[in-house]
Amino acid sequence: MDARNIAFMFYGLLTAWLIVAFYVVSLARRSARLKKELDDVKQLMSANTAAATEKQPARR
Amino acid sequence: MREKIVYGLVAAAAIILAINFYRIMLVLPDDAMQGPIYRIIYFHVPAAITAFTGFFVALVLSAWYLSSGKMTADSLAASVTEVSLVFAVLNLVTGSIWAHVIWGVWWTWDARLTSMLVCVLIYAGYLMLRQAIDEPTRRARLSAALSIFGFADVVIVWKSIEWFRTNHPQPVLSVRTGGGHMDPRMEAALYINLLALVLFAAALTIVRARQEAAAREIDSLRRYANAY
Repeated sequence: MDARNIAFMFYGLLTAWLIVAFYVVSLARRSARLKKELDDVKQLMSANTAAATEKQPARR
Repeated sequence: MREKIVYGLVAAAAIILAINFYRIMLVLPDDAMQGPIYRIIYFHVPAAITAFTGFFVALVLSAWYLSSGKMTADSLAASVTEVSLVFAVLNLVTGSIWAHVIWGVWWTWDARLTSMLVCVLIYAGYLMLRQAIDEPTRRARLSAALSIFGFADVVIVWKSIEWFRTNHPQPVLSVRTGGGHMDPRMEAALYINLLALVLFAAALTIVRARQEAAAREIDSLRRYANAY
């Protein structure tokens, strides 16, 4: 009974830390994805702005 | 600056947890009735209190959003709810492992357990609702309403062991009983773990809030790009 009791105590503590670790990893991955997405959108915006400036007729 | 705060909070939580873990495992004795498995309480109870504190903060932020219309309040409410949900799940899972040893079953439809499961489902529903609605103002308004009404279940979870006859142990913390139910050294270790978990939850909330801010920026840049 005692060995089983100790084993389940470790399972409980291990599971607790695994849940936290899983969430921390998912947060880190989400941060990386958002950073990439933000860079892509900013790059797209600057490309669009450059294209719009080129299309404008030259003023005399 | 924010990064330094996050690292500081995580470092403080890690140091407190490491020192307290040593005390819990090697200094404090086994429980006379339950044996070593009782040590799950040092994570099970602080996780629940951390989650409930977070849900209360989300309630306040949701009410602030509804009264002021500030999107920052909405973002913070979503961040703190997500982090609190992780601790609520942690509470349910560790409780289930304890129940398997002490009660001989992983789960029973006891008032405390069932109301806690409903709590997890309500706040998981909150996050799903936010994913389902694209329009930011409508999403913020509906999720704020759900957060405020959902908190009623937190009160039910808290009081369920007093209102109903349950398998779940009765309160042992001196803040609820006036003392005499738990060894003061064991109770102190539990509160120290609670402090560490709250610090850690605060760090996670700051990281999550920064993600919400980045998502809002991406959203507004896309709208701007589509408008021109």
